[in-house]
Amino acid sequence: MMNDKNSQKIVDIIQNYARLHSLFVLAYGTGCGAIEIPPTMTSRYDAERFGIRGAATPRQADVLLITGYLTTKTLKRVIRVYEQMQDPKYVIGFGSCTINGGMYWDSYNTIKVLDKYLPVDVYINGCMPRPEAVIAGFVKLQSLIREGKAEGAKLYKDNLEQYRENQKKVIPNWVMPEYNW
Amino acid sequence: MEPILYKVFGAVVTIILAFVVGMTYMGLSRKITARVQNRVGPPVYQNFLDALKLISKKTAIHHGIMQMMGPAFFMVTSIGSLMFIPVLNDGRFFSNLNFEGDLVFLLYLMVFGPLGMALGAGQTGNPNSAIGVTRGLSQMVGFEIPWVMALVALMIQYDTTSIVGLMEAQSASGTWLVFSSPFAFIAAVLAMLGMFRYSPFDIVGAPTELASGPVAENGGKYLFTMMSSNSIFAFVKLTLYVDLFLGGADNLIELLIKTFAIYLIPMLYGLVSPRYRTEQAVRYFWGWPLFFGFLAIMYAVVF
Ligand code: SF4
Repeated sequence: MMNDKNSQKIVDIIQNYARLHSLFVLAYGTGCGAIEIPPTMTSRYDAERFGIRGAATPRQADVLLITGYLTTKTLKRVIRVYEQMQDPKYVIGFGSCTINGGMYWDSYNTIKVLDKYLPVDVYINGCMPRPEAVIAGFVKLQSLIREGKAEGAKLYKDNLEQYRENQKKVIPNWVMPEYNW
Repeated sequence: MEPILYKVFGAVVTIILAFVVGMTYMGLSRKITARVQNRVGPPVYQNFLDALKLISKKTAIHHGIMQMMGPAFFMVTSIGSLMFIPVLNDGRFFSNLNFEGDLVFLLYLMVFGPLGMALGAGQTGNPNSAIGVTRGLSQMVGFEIPWVMALVALMIQYDTTSIVGLMEAQSASGTWLVFSSPFAFIAAVLAMLGMFRYSPFDIVGAPTELASGPVAENGGKYLFTMMSSNSIFAFVKLTLYVDLFLGGADNLIELLIKTFAIYLIPMLYGLVSPRYRTEQAVRYFWGWPLFFGFLAIMYAVVF
C-alpha cells in the first residue's frame, strides 16, 4: 500500500529525521546579534556537530535566522529572501528585538513584532543571546520538527492575505514578485 | 546468467558503490576538517542525511528547462565516465566498457560534466553563477593542460591508449607507474588539486565570495543531483588515479585504502591554504605542473 496512512507516517518520520539533522542556515545578519553567529559556528561551540551548517543562498537554505532588529527597509529584503526559500522552511527570531522590539521599542523605523510579518517557529530571547542559547534554540527547533509541529511555511501560505496586509502597512512602495510556490 | 543482465547488474552495483564511497569520503573530509579546526564535527554519515533532506524538500523552483538539464547532464557524464573505469583489477564483477583508446575518450567525457553544470547555471540568471562558471572554465584551461600532458606521457611511454593496457603494463613490469614515470605522476597530482576544487582552488564555489557559484540557484532535488554526481565523479577520479599510477586494486579494501590516500592530498593541502584568485590559479597550473608535464613527456620519449 503506497498511499496507506501508516506508510506515510513512516516516510514522515524518516524525512523529519533527515530534516532535523541537516539544517542549512541562512543567517540574515540584520542587527547587532549577528556577532554571536561566528562563535556558534566555529571551534568553540561547533554547531556543525548537530548538522547545522551555513547555506550560501536562500534556495539552498532551510532555516532563516533573523538576528536582531529589522528596519522597514531590511524587512522588505527579508520577506523576499523568505519567499525564495524552498519548502519546508523555518524561521528563527533571534534576540529581544524580534519579539517585542527590544531596546528599539520606540524607534520610528524598526518593526516591533516579527511574527506579524513572517511566521516565526522559534524565538531565542536575550539581548543578545549567547551561543549556548542559540544552540538551545536550534535544539528546540529540532524537537519541533521531530514532532511535525514546525509548520511556519504552511501557516504563511494559509494566511498569506493577512501577512501581506501587515507587510504592506509598513512597506510603502511594494514592488515584489508574487509568492507562487 | 545472461551476459547482458549480468552487465546491467554490475553497472548498478558499480554506481551504488561509487555513490556510497564518494559520499562517505565527503563526510570524512568534513570530519577531518573539523578535527583540524579543533571541533567535534558532524558525524561521518552527515552527507547522507543532507542528501535525504534535499530530496525530501517539498518544492524545488526552476528557471527553465536548462536548469533541470544541467544537473542531469552532470549526473549522466559522471555515471558515463564511471562505466569506463576498471574498478578492480580482474574486472569480473564490476562492469567496465573499456576499449582500445578509452583514455582519450575519458579525457573528453570528464570535461562534459562541468560543462553541463555551466549550461544549467547560465539559465538561472544569477550573476554569481555566471561568474562562477567563467572562473571554472578558466581554471579548467589551467589544470587540463598538465593533466593531458601527464596522460600523453603515459601513452607514449607504454604505447597504449587504454586504461586496461596501462594496468597490464604495470602488472607485467611489477612496478607501479608512480615509480616508472614519476614526473607524470607529479604533474597529474598537481593537476588533481585543481580538479577537486578544494582550496586554494575553490574559486568556483567560493562560499563567502560567490555564494556557492554555479549552484547558487539550485535547491532541493537539483542540489541533491549535483551533490551525488559530484561524489560519483570524485570516486571516478580517484579510481582513475589508482588505476593509472598505483597499479589498480585487487580487492575493495585495497581500493579504499589507495583512493583515500590519494584523496588526502587535495584535502589536506586545501586545509592549510587560503583561496587563490582566478589568474593566480591559472598561473599556478601553468608553472610547475606544466614543467613536470614537459619533463614527463621528454622522459617518456627518451626512455
Ligand atoms: S536584541 Fe539586543 S543584541 Fe539583538 S539586535 Fe536587538 S538590541 Fe541588538
